[in-house]
Amino acid sequence: MDPARKRTVRLVVALSAAVLLAGALVYTSFSASSEAKSPSELATSAKAGERYQLTGKVVDKSIQQLGGDGGIEFRVRDRDGSTSVPVRYKGSVPDPFRDGREIIITVSKKGADFVGERDSLITKCPSKFSDKPQAV
Amino acid sequence: MATLGRACLILALGVALYGIGAGIAAWRLQRRDVANSARRAVYAMALLLTIAMVILEVAFLRDDFSYALVTSHSSTTTPLFYKAAAVWSSQEGSLLLWVWLLALWSSLVLFLTRNRMRDVTPIATAVLAGFATFFTSLLVFSVSPFEILGSPPVEGGGLNPLLRHPSMMIHPPMLYSGYTLFTVPFAFAIGALVARRVDAEWIVATRRFALGAWLFLGIGIILGARWSYAELGWGGYWAWDPVENASLLPWLTGTAFIHSIMIQEKRGMLKVWNVSLVLTTGILAILGTFLVRSGILDSIHAFGASTLGVPFVILIVGLIVLSVGLVASRLDVLRSEHRLDSLASREAVFLFNNLVLVALAFVVFFGTFFPLITEAMGNRRNVGPPWFNQVTVPLALALVGLAGIAPLIAWRKATRANLRHSFTIPVASALTVLVVLVAVGGVAHKPKALAMFVIAAFLITGVAQEFWRGTRARKAMSKDAWPVAVVSLVRRNRRRYGGYLVHVGIATLFVGVAASSAFQHARDVQMKPGDVTKIGAHQIRYVKSTGRIDNKDGRIERIVLGAQLQVLDKRGKVLHTLNPTRGFYPQNAPFAPVSAMFDGEPTSEVRMVAGLRRDVWTAVAPDINSVLLPTAKRYDAALRKGIADGQLKTTEEQVLAFRALLGKLVEGYVEATPPANFRLIDSPLVAWIWIGGIIVFLGGLIAMWPAPDAARRRASAGYAARVALELAGTDGKVERPTLEQELGRV
Amino acid sequence: MDALVALIVLALLGFVVWFVGMPLRRSHAEAAEAATLAEFEELEAEKEAKYREIRDADLDHRTGKLSDADWRAIDRELRAEAVELLRRVDRLSS
Repeated sequence: MDPARKRTVRLVVALSAAVLLAGALVYTSFSASSEAKSPSELATSAKAGERYQLTGKVVDKSIQQLGGDGGIEFRVRDRDGSTSVPVRYKGSVPDPFRDGREIIITVSKKGADFVGERDSLITKCPSKFSDKPQAV
Repeated sequence: MATLGRACLILALGVALYGIGAGIAAWRLQRRDVANSARRAVYAMALLLTIAMVILEVAFLRDDFSYALVTSHSSTTTPLFYKAAAVWSSQEGSLLLWVWLLALWSSLVLFLTRNRMRDVTPIATAVLAGFATFFTSLLVFSVSPFEILGSPPVEGGGLNPLLRHPSMMIHPPMLYSGYTLFTVPFAFAIGALVARRVDAEWIVATRRFALGAWLFLGIGIILGARWSYAELGWGGYWAWDPVENASLLPWLTGTAFIHSIMIQEKRGMLKVWNVSLVLTTGILAILGTFLVRSGILDSIHAFGASTLGVPFVILIVGLIVLSVGLVASRLDVLRSEHRLDSLASREAVFLFNNLVLVALAFVVFFGTFFPLITEAMGNRRNVGPPWFNQVTVPLALALVGLAGIAPLIAWRKATRANLRHSFTIPVASALTVLVVLVAVGGVAHKPKALAMFVIAAFLITGVAQEFWRGTRARKAMSKDAWPVAVVSLVRRNRRRYGGYLVHVGIATLFVGVAASSAFQHARDVQMKPGDVTKIGAHQIRYVKSTGRIDNKDGRIERIVLGAQLQVLDKRGKVLHTLNPTRGFYPQNAPFAPVSAMFDGEPTSEVRMVAGLRRDVWTAVAPDINSVLLPTAKRYDAALRKGIADGQLKTTEEQVLAFRALLGKLVEGYVEATPPANFRLIDSPLVAWIWIGGIIVFLGGLIAMWPAPDAARRRASAGYAARVALELAGTDGKVERPTLEQELGRV
Repeated sequence: MDALVALIVLALLGFVVWFVGMPLRRSHAEAAEAATLAEFEELEAEKEAKYREIRDADLDHRTGKLSDADWRAIDRELRAEAVELLRRVDRLSS
């Protein structure tokens, strides 16, 4: 095979591989992804068995310890609203987790409840980079 | 003083603008004096920004609460070390740190290249000054660090206790050094393209800057991972958080670049690819800086939406347009000189390595921006760590495999027959490891981890073989003793053997990652004093609870509640004692009701037994809600009643009563402890992640270190030219050393 | 305090202007020399790179990755290229 043909073959092989990989990437990402929803969206349009990524604020005074095997229960509300949903969760609880904090958690609907995926609770660091000065 | 700081920023902005103009003018007019002036502008900028930085630092160290920044991010009870570092825990301070580091690195680089690449450096100076202009504009017009409060308070809000860890304080300067250092090869690439001089001189300079940036950024990333593991109550070191990914992206493309640039150096190939890589890396560094502070992605670091988003997006789009346009217009200069000789050559392996690294970068980029892409298409969706792990692990395996193959193949063209000579021992070693691990049991059901162990064995054996054979060859030439021969070998081939060491470090790191991911035991349990529970190959006994009040300078700094744990082996023998705790900080006020002592940010103090074979990691979250807080509220009511009734008249009496009640509260917790939540992790080979990182760092240093002869020769080259020019006036020809002499001297 | 700060700012401004303007005041017209210097340092860099290649090939050979025949061919080619570079340097000097 002369060099020019060799180069064309290599290029075709490389591009095909890239296209295949990209395709696999897109496919796996969509099937493994979870839709992002706010509490109000979750309350109205959540389907049983599906995973969702819930973002919102912890409702004040809603955090309760569950006995036995550990775990907690709390309510999450919209960032600028009052619609809230209850969440049961077992797993690591980040230090900044408390009333009023913004959280991200992966949940799935089980019956009437929302169950958080283990260790998926992320609490955002309280805003340090906001442009307004911190309330003292 | 704050006005002086602000004035310095304004002056720095002006000087930076001048730097842009002078740099461009120097290039157009081909005038060396203007180029020198532009370079001095960068030096002046560094001086002015240093003054601004010093003013801000001093304000923090002196608890000058007239500065809004000091009030919001520091307090009198913050330890000195963390006060100094609190400067960059804010948006404004971190931007100032960024542009200050940029100015320092730019000054250093321009000083080192002041007599070289005279057609490239003026534009490079203009580009670096351009970046400085952008950041100082933000500091002057948008987010000033020198805002003054009308009536300064007595106490500040305090540094988020989560950041009170040495790693966390070095992490931003290291990361920012990495990001800013990557702007240097970017600037020199723009300069080289504009001047149409993408050649040997540019390669040497750019590669060194890129290597330095790569080193700093890598250290910053590892420190961040270490902090996450040792400080956060989660016990992991990498979460595929958007901000973590943002720092990884330029590191990945930077790694690709420092490999593929060697192909250009040897074969004059891949010029378009290399220049694109370097430009992309610089843009990714800016993107990383932007992501941390933008709020556009859901992340643990998402510091709320800020007004800086729009300027950054404009900058990034502008950089992309500039880069693409320049490369497209200089394609004639970027034509390849040769073709790849053979697929069985080190060049080919480097090429595959590039493809894998760029694929990795693409995958991480895609996953990170997936929410934004899907939002544009309709519903915002997220991918989590499981997807990231699923797609990156195969690529990581390929990467380590290629890194293992490369040292065993020659440049240009491997002799097929000799391949067997090089590969036999490493392959045999890998197969032995495979058989042993499968036989020992417990490993075969985790194929990906097993694959990583086997490939790492292949790599490490290959490198060891290379050191052995190289030293033997060195001994044959010089008759040195073994240790001397090794040192001499490495000194004369820094790039090669430094690089081999980096590979060993990476393999070690990945072995640690594989083992600690695949074979970890993690549990969340609720225990009361006296309980014993199993974790991995150990047992943990909760002996008793602990409680104490930490004072600092007469004020209460925090309340520390915790647990005394014993780590037992399977038979119940006590191996270690651990004291994980949780620190509760007050919502700052010198005199506060009892319950407000728990209103601030709590932090976990993780305690672990770190060993070469495994870590036993513990964290505790004491239950303060069921008994302690209600009691605290009762004490608050009692205090208020005492003050209203007139029983506690003076401040002294009030403080004494408060402290007494607080002490009683803590004692009460220890005497009657409700069950606490524990997170327990038994994780093998974690220490090797950090050890691997250190090896990478050492290898990188060795690879980067300039050979003393070369440095001297580079300096004398300019003089030699002048001498030669003068001598040319006479009839004599310059005495030229023979090729052998030159090679021998090297 | 304000007056002092204003004074410092003016002093800084003055220093910066003086410092940055210094090269412009003692200007050297070195355009002609610059071009030759650039080519000279470029050749030096290429020469260094070529030497490194020769040594790399030698080390590859000594550690058994290249056969004698392959190495001799590569070494010959590289040395020829290096000698050509040295010739170009000589031509530049004269």
